[in-house]
Amino acid sequence: MPWLTVLGAAPIVGAVLVALLPRRAREDLPKIVALAVSVAVLGLTVALAVQYDTGGGYQFTEQHEWISAFGAHYALGLDGIGLLMVVLTAVLTPVVILASWYDAEGGRWSTNAFFAWVLLLEGLSIGVFAATDVFLFYVLFEATLVPIYFLIGGYGGVRRSYAAVKFLIFSLFGGLLMLASVVGLYVVSADNETGPTYLLSELSGLSMDETTGRWLFLGFFIAFAIKAPMWPVHTWLPDAASEGTPGTSVMLVSVLDKIGTFGMLRFCLGIFPEASQWATPVVITLAVISVLYGALLAIGQNDMRRLIAYTSVSHFGFIVLGIFVFNSQSHAGAVLYMFNHGLATGALFLVTGFLISRRGSKMISDFGGVESVAPVLAGAFLVAGLASLSLPGLAPFVSEFLVLAGTFSESIVTAVIAAFGIILAALYILIMYQRTMTGPLRPGLEATRDLNLRESVALAPVLALIVVLGLFPKPALDVINPGVAATLEHVGETDPEPTVPAEAAEGAQE
Amino acid sequence: MSPMTALPVLSETASAVAPAQAGGVYSLLWLVVALPAVSAAILLLGGRSTNAWGHLLGCAAPIASFALGVLMFVSLLTRDAHDRAIEQHLFDWITTGSYDVDAGLLLDPLSMLFVLLITGVGSIIHVYSIGYMAEDPRRRRFFGQLNLFVAAMLLLVLGSDYLVLFVGWEGVGLASYLLIGFWQHKHSAATAAKKAFVVNRVGDMGMALAVMLMFATFGTTSFVGVSAAAEGASTATLTALGLLLLLGACGKSAQVPLQSWLLDAMEGPTPVSALIHAATMVTAGVYLVTRSNFIFNEAPTAQTAVVIVGLVTALWGAIIGCAKDDIKKALAGSTMSQIGYMHLAAGLGPIGYAFAIFHLLTHGFFKANLFLGAGSVMHSMNDEVDMRRYGGLAPLMPITFLTFAMGYLAIIGFPLFSGFWSKDLILEAAFAENLVVGFGALLGAGITAFYMTRVMLMTFLSPKRWADDVHPHESPRVMTVPLLVLAALSAVGGVLYLGGWVVDWLTPVVGEEHPELGVPVWVISLAAVAVVAAGVAVAWVLVAKRDVPREAPVRVSVFTTAARADLFGDALNEAVFMRPGQHLTRSLVYVDNRGVDGTVNGLGGLIGGASGRLRRLQTGFVRSYALTMVAGAFVVVVALLAANLS
Repeated sequence: MPWLTVLGAAPIVGAVLVALLPRRAREDLPKIVALAVSVAVLGLTVALAVQYDTGGGYQFTEQHEWISAFGAHYALGLDGIGLLMVVLTAVLTPVVILASWYDAEGGRWSTNAFFAWVLLLEGLSIGVFAATDVFLFYVLFEATLVPIYFLIGGYGGVRRSYAAVKFLIFSLFGGLLMLASVVGLYVVSADNETGPTYLLSELSGLSMDETTGRWLFLGFFIAFAIKAPMWPVHTWLPDAASEGTPGTSVMLVSVLDKIGTFGMLRFCLGIFPEASQWATPVVITLAVISVLYGALLAIGQNDMRRLIAYTSVSHFGFIVLGIFVFNSQSHAGAVLYMFNHGLATGALFLVTGFLISRRGSKMISDFGGVESVAPVLAGAFLVAGLASLSLPGLAPFVSEFLVLAGTFSESIVTAVIAAFGIILAALYILIMYQRTMTGPLRPGLEATRDLNLRESVALAPVLALIVVLGLFPKPALDVINPGVAATLEHVGETDPEPTVPAEAAEGAQE
Repeated sequence: MSPMTALPVLSETASAVAPAQAGGVYSLLWLVVALPAVSAAILLLGGRSTNAWGHLLGCAAPIASFALGVLMFVSLLTRDAHDRAIEQHLFDWITTGSYDVDAGLLLDPLSMLFVLLITGVGSIIHVYSIGYMAEDPRRRRFFGQLNLFVAAMLLLVLGSDYLVLFVGWEGVGLASYLLIGFWQHKHSAATAAKKAFVVNRVGDMGMALAVMLMFATFGTTSFVGVSAAAEGASTATLTALGLLLLLGACGKSAQVPLQSWLLDAMEGPTPVSALIHAATMVTAGVYLVTRSNFIFNEAPTAQTAVVIVGLVTALWGAIIGCAKDDIKKALAGSTMSQIGYMHLAAGLGPIGYAFAIFHLLTHGFFKANLFLGAGSVMHSMNDEVDMRRYGGLAPLMPITFLTFAMGYLAIIGFPLFSGFWSKDLILEAAFAENLVVGFGALLGAGITAFYMTRVMLMTFLSPKRWADDVHPHESPRVMTVPLLVLAALSAVGGVLYLGGWVVDWLTPVVGEEHPELGVPVWVISLAAVAVVAAGVAVAWVLVAKRDVPREAPVRVSVFTTAARADLFGDALNEAVFMRPGQHLTRSLVYVDNRGVDGTVNGLGGLIGGASGRLRRLQTGFVRSYALTMVAGAFVVVVALLAANLS
């Protein structure tokens, strides 16, 4: 049974189905179908995850020759890292559909189209995370632009077309650079005796000229850095995240942007280990700048959704830092961070979305004292915010600490600078929370409704996961660790030894 | 090499025996933390349906934990002195590479005392809160958050790994944030809560870096692992560790330079000030230093820093306490000061650890007593906190007055009261270490006597200054009974030192070293009593012999001005961090917004260039392939743009 094909195709089929359903205003049927499809995909994903053997390696693999002249294959497979991303996608999609129930009204296109685009995006994202052929990955990577472009540009704020076009231009620019590298890879692999290939398994062993490798690396890396996004190519994100609907922002920031960091881990490190190490000093510098720059910019925002977008720039800085530090802790932390950031930022986008929908303004200064009339909303906001500032006991803390601890054991200075992000995170979250939720109730907000059942049900699983994975991250780490070990072995890096290993000291005392 | 030979014969070092696995009554150790945690979850998630009985559940949880704590304490007493460390492994928390963090608990003589203090004093304060918060419509939530605090604090002292401790560490910070801002419809409360959290985060960053340095150095962050390996690390590493831990301790314990949040934290309901900002949470820094004795013992520079921070804060807080008219802020200054004493003692090494903990316990009794007494006064004075509007309350509130007096005598170190014993020991250790430190600590004792006498006189004894619409009355029994219990503990808490018990009890964890003084011990005791008497006398002359104006005098000395302004701590933070920080963020926001258009335009040009270069690529397949892809990409662009968004 080609599980991954089924998993990726199911939401796409669902998307077609939803698009073909009759279009009537205030019709719930397409939403219900979309929700049912996404829940079914989640069920399938859970079934797959349970079967996954924590021994590691690519599992559920499929491979068929596609375009033999290029050496392109239809090849799918999941290692632990990919599995975690697929689970994240499958968890968030039904949440987004439920949370966006009425958000498509007033959009440029029909409600059917909105939910169809969301499902299509889910299917393509699963494909991106499962692709083990570079050509297939590239095609799917670019294909995801179509649904997200229409989601941003069709449904959302007044400047949505500007935001959508800006997003597209940045993404296409990155995509073209990656395309150049994809073409270059063909040239290199065509020189091999076995002929051209795009299979990751064969490319990862490919020997290439140092200079060529570095150029090709750059094409991939810049594309992924735009996607992630890192400073200084982050400027499309605040606009896109602020203008799209909350659900769109979740799909964009929590799922789609992860392709950037996922791609760095799988393709930059996987195919160009030498070039990755060569680029490390620059990448780490950019990552640390992203951490601090994103956080400082977040503190200065008045638009809640731009604020969250900038916090993501900071968080992506941590993730990239973890990836390019090259040790078990930082890598495991980075991968776990991708997952946890998806949950925490997703929850934050949704809960602020609920808040914004009640007042029709996304400006922090238009709120105040909401806690006294909507305590459940405030509580959910606080938990999501505390997750975002990596409060110990909640999921993001584990990943942020692992990234920093791993960084510390390689470069103390880098870790210390990045650790200032810990303080800045408290500022950007608590300032926003204080100004919107506490203090005297702002006139005009007396009638603010608390979360209704649908909104609570949409948020509950995400918040529950944040708490559970904070206290018990083992299921996620068990899946991640073999993948991390394999990556590090491939790059040829080992963990630094502790200077005074505790085990040795214990032995000496006895 | 045995560690025994490395230190003077007079001393006894902490034992390095591996902790026993939890069995018998100790297998219930997890429940000590879990009971208040579950109760907090029920109360915070349960909604209005739990309003009717929420406060009862809220009290039952810490009382049950206290009962379990007592059982374990009795059981520990029967064990051999060097066999009193019990470890309970709960589950693997974090495992990656060679780094393992167990979610585990460690019950040893040190954490045992904290468990009893937290659950004991905590239970008393919970019961008191039933009365204090009776009128508050959100009382159930208050109890939920108070339970959350107790659970986090217990995790802090019971965690067997620095990273687990850190979870409790920030957990109490969260509870403190929620409870300072409990009346968050007030701007001042919400701001104070945020300030407390952010200032604490500065300390937490130090804590986090310390844990990272431990991981990088020892490959583990468990107490057992780090304590066994600490000796082998370089002095530089240990000094760095000590200083980073001290930074964390300064944040949590409101020590200079991270002291500024504690006075604002008095915005919280008074039981919160008593439990969190006096008796327990703010002493976490002392716990951290004492727990990390195996690091500080090997890092003399870090120890000196601890002593300096402690001494400076002891005087700093005392000076602030002298000038405050708000009764809670006067007590908060006093808390800073007393915790300064504890740090001072802990910084002295094995001489002082046990004394620091002893003073921490007696302070937990008498300061909780004083705060709850202040709460009782506020309760009957329409929540007035200005002592200039008090006066003459002694006959109207006899129980509050008498119990407050017990706390007062304890804190100034009146002979035979609990604070007398614990402060005296710290003075001895300070004089044994260094004369400057000794005299500084002695001076602090005098100032303490002054400001506490001032509080006592202005509140209870001087002529009445309250308005006619205020009707002071004694508080209900649910509040006075807790006061009586705490007053009794404040009076007789010194029994913990009977036969040197508390020192012997802690020796297996922190070691022991006897102070060597050039003079007989009674000289120091006598000097302390004399200084205290002088402080009381000065207060008598300055406060009791004059009329207390209802409005604070405006024309005052520079010293009073400085002390009223918290010695300019806030002004400094604002000038050095806040305003430059705001300028930085504003200018970055400006640049980021302006940079957008230029970047986009520039990129437009680049795309043209990049595709042009692509076209020059090689021959054959590649060229047609590349051209096809580029063409395809452009078709997508054109198609998407042609969709003509509105």
